[in-house]
Amino acid sequence: NVGILIRLRADSHCHIKNEDDQWQIKEHFLTPLGSVVKRLPEHIQVDDPDVLKKLAKKLERQQIPRRLDYGYKVSLFSHLLQYSRKAPLTQQLSIPSAVIHPAIVRLGLQYSQGIVAGSNARSIALLHAFKQVISDYTTPSNEELSRDLVNKLKPYISFLNQCRPLSASMGNAIKYIKKEISNIPSQFKEDDAKKKLLNCIECFIEEKIVLAAKAIAKSSIEKINDGDVILVYGCSSLVNHILCEAFEKGRKFRVIVVDSRPRLEGREALRRLVQKGISCTYVLISAVSYILPEVSKVFLGAHALLANGYVMSRVGTSQIALVAKAFNVPVLVCCETYKFCERVQTDSFVSNELDDPDDLIVTRKGETQLKDWQQVPRLGLLNLVYDVTPPDFVDLVITDLGMIPCTSVPVVLRVKNVDLL
Amino acid sequence: MPGPYRETDLTEKVEAFLSDLKRGGSGTGPLRGSAETARETTALLRRITAQVRWSSAGDLMEVIRKEGRRMSAAQPSETTVGNMIRRVLKIIREEYARSRGSSEEADQQESLHKLLTSGGLSEENFRQYFTALKANVIEAINELLTELEGTTDNIAMQALEHIHSNEVIMTIGRSRTVEAFLKDAARKRKFHVIVAECAPFCQGHEMATSLSKDGIETTVITDAAIFAVMSRVNKVIIGTQTVLANGGLRAVNGTHTLALAAKHHSTPLIVCAPMFKLSPQFPNEEDTFHKFVSPHEVLPFTEGEILSKVNVHCPVFDYVPPELITLFISNIGGHAPSYIYRLMSELYHPEDHEL
Repeated sequence: NVGILIRLRADSHCHIKNEDDQWQIKEHFLTPLGSVVKRLPEHIQVDDPDVLKKLAKKLERQQIPRRLDYGYKVSLFSHLLQYSRKAPLTQQLSIPSAVIHPAIVRLGLQYSQGIVAGSNARSIALLHAFKQVISDYTTPSNEELSRDLVNKLKPYISFLNQCRPLSASMGNAIKYIKKEISNIPSQFKEDDAKKKLLNCIECFIEEKIVLAAKAIAKSSIEKINDGDVILVYGCSSLVNHILCEAFEKGRKFRVIVVDSRPRLEGREALRRLVQKGISCTYVLISAVSYILPEVSKVFLGAHALLANGYVMSRVGTSQIALVAKAFNVPVLVCCETYKFCERVQTDSFVSNELDDPDDLIVTRKGETQLKDWQQVPRLGLLNLVYDVTPPDFVDLVITDLGMIPCTSVPVVLRVKNVDLL
Repeated sequence: MPGPYRETDLTEKVEAFLSDLKRGGSGTGPLRGSAETARETTALLRRITAQVRWSSAGDLMEVIRKEGRRMSAAQPSETTVGNMIRRVLKIIREEYARSRGSSEEADQQESLHKLLTSGGLSEENFRQYFTALKANVIEAINELLTELEGTTDNIAMQALEHIHSNEVIMTIGRSRTVEAFLKDAARKRKFHVIVAECAPFCQGHEMATSLSKDGIETTVITDAAIFAVMSRVNKVIIGTQTVLANGGLRAVNGTHTLALAAKHHSTPLIVCAPMFKLSPQFPNEEDTFHKFVSPHEVLPFTEGEILSKVNVHCPVFDYVPPELITLFISNIGGHAPSYIYRLMSELYHPEDHEL
C-alpha cells in the first residue's frame, strides 16, 4: 500500500500514487549529479516472483492481458522473458477493446510479429500511433488534459511493453512526449493543446530522426573515399541512408553486406543498396574472417549507446568489431543522439531480449534436426537479439552532434539533460 | 587367370574410390568423416602393395606416388588422403632401411657431420631386392590400420584430464572426435555445452541433438552470438579438418572468429585432432587453401531479382593461426602448437612432402 512506482529508464522524476489515488511527483531522488536511484525495468526481473506478482496486479488493473513465457529457457537467461511469435498478445483481447486504442493494438501486433523492426522504425511508428491517440482524445469533465492524457498513455505503454520490450529510443521518445504533455498550461483550450502536441511530435521526428540522419550522412561522406570497400552488418536504416547518399554524391566504393541467421536482415539491406546501383557482395557472418582482408572500413549501426561507452546493437556486431580489430580495420558506429541512454552495462547477459527459439530450426536436405527440441529434456535454443560492444573495438562514433569517441557519450548525455531541464 | 583378374579388380577399386572422393567433396555423394577416408586410403594402399608387381622398394614407392597423386588430385581439400600416402611411403623407407641393416637413427638425423661426410643428399636409390620386404611392409600397414581404428577412443580416454565438473564448454559445428570426447567425460562429470550452429550447413544442430540425447545439458546458439556468450565459457573444444605444418588449423568457417573471441577472454582453446590429420602443408598457398561451395546455400535462388547483381561467397574453411591455440589433444597425447613440427618429422619423410 505504499504505492507502485512507475518508472521510465533514467527518469529523475518519480510519479507515485498514494492511497487516495492522487498523483504526486516526488523529486527527492534527484541529487546534484542527476538521479542516483533508478528502478530496474520489470522485463529483466522475470526470475523474481514478487516482481511478477506486482506486474500481474498492475496489468489486471489496466485490463491488459499478460503474455506468457514459452519454451525451455537457458539457465543463464532465466531473468529474461522469452515469447513465442505464434501466440501474439492480441489473441487475448476482445474486439473492440475498451481500454486500448486500435492504433496501439495494431502497433503492438506489428512489433510482436516483427513486421516493424529496427530502432528508428519502431520509434517513428510509435510516435505516429501516439499522434492518432492524441487526435482522438477528448478530455473528460473535471479533468485536466495535462494529467489525464498521461494516465491514458500508461496502459498503452504497458501493452506495448508486453508485446515487445521497449527499446531505448522508444523510451526516450515517450519521456519527451510525457514531458510535453505535462507542460501544457491549464488555460489552453483542448483543440489548441492537441494541435501543439501534434506539432511537438512532428518536430521531434523531424529534428531527431530525419535531420539527424542528414547531418550524420554529411559527416560520414568525408570518411568515405574512392576505392573503399565498406563492410556493413544487418540492416541499419541510418547506414543504408549514408551509403546511398555517398553513392549519389559520386563516391566510388563497393559494399560487403554481412548477414546472420535467423533474422537474415542483411537481405533487406542488400535489396536497397542494389536498387541504388551500388555493387555489393553478400556473405554470412561465419565467413567474416575470409572477407575481412579485402575491407577498408566497417560501418555499424547502433540500437543504443550506453553511458559507459558500450554500444548496444544487433547480436553479432561485437563479433564483427572484434575480428575487424584483429585485422586492423577501422570501425565506425553511426548513431543519432536520441538513442543515447543512461544505463550502463558490461556484458550481454544482464539486460537483453530473447526472441522466439523456434526461429533457429531449419530444414536442410529434407531433414529438420531440431524439430522436437522441446521433447528433448536437456536441449535449449538461444536466440539473442542484442549484444554490447566494448568501446576499445570502436574507433569513432558519428552522431548529429559531430564525430566523437565512444567514451564521450556521458558528456553528450549531460549536455542534453541540461538542455531539457 | 589370377594375374590380370586381380589387376583389373584393383583398378576398379581405385576408380571407385576416386569417384567417391570427387562426389563426397561437393556434398552430393555420401558424406564421410576423415577417419573413414583415412582407413579406406590405407586399405587401398595395402591392396596395391599386395597385388601390384614390384621388385624393389623404389618401384613400389613410384607406384604409390603415382596413385597417390591421382587420389589427392581427385579431392584436394581432403588432406587425409595425402597424409596416409606419405605415412605409407615413410613405412616403406623404414622397412627398407631395417632390411638393409642400417640403424634408423643414423638415417634420420641430418646432422652437420653427416652432411659433410656423406657428400650431400643420401645416395639411396632403393634398388635392392629383399624377399621379406613385402611381408614387412604389409604388416606395418596393418599396424597403421589398427592405430587408425583406435584414434577416437584414444582421444576420448583423455577427456577426464581436461574437463572438470560444472564447466561451460563451447564448440562449433560437428566433429565426431569432439563428440566422443565430451560423451566420455559426461559419463563421470556434469557440465554444460554450448554449440554454435555454424551456418549455412548448420551441423551444430546434429551435434546438439546427439549430445543432449546422451544426457549432456546443451544449448544451441547462432554464429552471431559467439562473442556475446563467450564471457561465460570456461573452455573451447573444437575439432578440425587439417592441422597444418606450422601448428595452425584449417577448420570449418567461423572457427577463426571463435578463436579470436576465446583469446580476447583468455579462454583456453583445445583442439582434438588425431595424428592422421597432420599435414605437411603450409597456409601460404592463397589459391589452394580455400574451398568454396555453391553460394545457393547463402543466398537461395528464391531471391532471384538481386542474384545477378550481387557477388556471393560461401567458403567452407577458415585459417586459425597457431598463436590462438592453447593445446592439441591427439591420440598420442597432448601437445603445444609449437611442437607440431617435431611430430611431423617423425611421421613423414621430408622428401615425401611433395608427392
